Amino acid sequence: MNIFETLAFYFENQFVWNAVIVGVLIAFCSSLLGVTLVLKRFSFIGDGLSHVAFGAIAIASVLKLTNNMPLVLVVTVLCAVLLLRTGQNTKIKGDAAVAMISVGALAIGYLLMNVFSASSNISGDVCSTLFGSTSILTLTETDVWMSAILALIVLAAFIFFYNKIFAVTFDESFSKTTGTHVELYNLLIAVIIALVIVFAMNLVGSLLISALVIFPALSAMRVFKSFKSVTICSVVISVVCSLSGILISILAGTPVGSTIVAVDIVVFFAFFLAGKIGGRS
Amino acid sequence: MALLKCENLSLGYDGVEIVTGLSFEVNSGDYLCIVGENGSGKSTLMKTVLGLRQPMKGKVEFGDGLKSNEIGYLPQQTPVQRDFPASVWEVVLSGCQGRAGLRPFYKKEEKALAAANIGRMGLDGMEKRCYRELSGGQQQRVLLARALCATGKILLLDEPVSGLDPMVTAEMYDLIKKLNRDGITIIMISHDINAASKYASHILHIGDTLFFGTKAEYLSSGGFSAKGGDVK
Repeated sequence: MNIFETLAFYFENQFVWNAVIVGVLIAFCSSLLGVTLVLKRFSFIGDGLSHVAFGAIAIASVLKLTNNMPLVLVVTVLCAVLLLRTGQNTKIKGDAAVAMISVGALAIGYLLMNVFSASSNISGDVCSTLFGSTSILTLTETDVWMSAILALIVLAAFIFFYNKIFAVTFDESFSKTTGTHVELYNLLIAVIIALVIVFAMNLVGSLLISALVIFPALSAMRVFKSFKSVTICSVVISVVCSLSGILISILAGTPVGSTIVAVDIVVFFAFFLAGKIGGRS
Repeated sequence: MALLKCENLSLGYDGVEIVTGLSFEVNSGDYLCIVGENGSGKSTLMKTVLGLRQPMKGKVEFGDGLKSNEIGYLPQQTPVQRDFPASVWEVVLSGCQGRAGLRPFYKKEEKALAAANIGRMGLDGMEKRCYRELSGGQQQRVLLARALCATGKILLLDEPVSGLDPMVTAEMYDLIKKLNRDGITIIMISHDINAASKYASHILHIGDTLFFGTKAEYLSSGGFSAKGGDVK
């Protein structure tokens, strides 16, 4: 069987289609706000939130919730708001607060899983939550629809608030003086990021989500020069990388999350070189 | 009534007052320079006027139909902006965000206004250039064009020439003076007492001694010599 026949063979299965569709949708959403996060120096908020989501999943499994999504969503969104608040507070500086919350959530999550776990394979559970798992291949139709709806919400919010998001990202103080509710838009950005992260955990696991958010934006910034073109390019990069990452992982039997991130890294270096050669002064 | 009136302001951080009993007013067409040493509260004053922070005491009032969101602000550049992928057009157009309110997209008139202000600042043909690749003086002119999109009345400039070389500094001052002659009220924070004496109509000195008055009054009060300034 050549590559195409193998792929065709796999794609006869509905679950492979589901995985690919959800993967592409998640990649799409996560990259939209990546540019803003990178430029606002919020890169690590994505990382911190994903660890919080891990902690929330641990709590949900201890409580034996059958559907852990609502709890995880609420906890993560709350933490997103909290992190943004502390970012403006002078007592604990932004990056320290992120580090504190993320490491704390990670530790408590693992502790809870260990102490209360009903499962016989704790390290397997933990590993799949952290690095993504085969759960991408066990998605139900409901999951696919949920991702589609999430993608639509994120896209709609992004387009509707595009000009404001740009203004707030470029210059908060100026935006404030023109009467723009900067805090509100920061909150909006944080909530959307929290939503995206919770859904993206299915794909790449909580440790690797930041890569999905940050790499496409950083790659696009090497080459493109306006906010709009950087945003569009990072979405394209993200979708292409995730798609090829998923296909490679199917063919080569590698873990989905890390394969996608590996592709993202390769593309980043390609864009880095292109930027250097293209003469970005 | 004055365009802007500050009465008995007290400014400071964390409960410690830096400046007390500050009163001044700015009338339409004035060119006010705020001078004073580092840490004397110049930037705090500016933020208070802009509504970015509350005064500890006293009040800031706007008159002549000026709304608090109709002030054109030229902030000092942040490190984020130096590496920001945005075109000149995008940056200038974002000056119209106050006019747009909750409307998600900019109207034709707003785009025309942005285009006009790009021309006014001598940036024609640079709309598609990347902001981070411009020279310091060009970047300041882009930000000035953006501020002009937010206002037709009053500009607040926070150290507009910091980091610029002498030639570009002179150009920048001339440009600001020209806007002032066109009827735009200017409030400028400056280190540069010489420039203040050359261009401003009024001087506000904050620090150990408070002074507010016209340039002539400031000169005769010996403010320049007391501060080691050299009047040409």
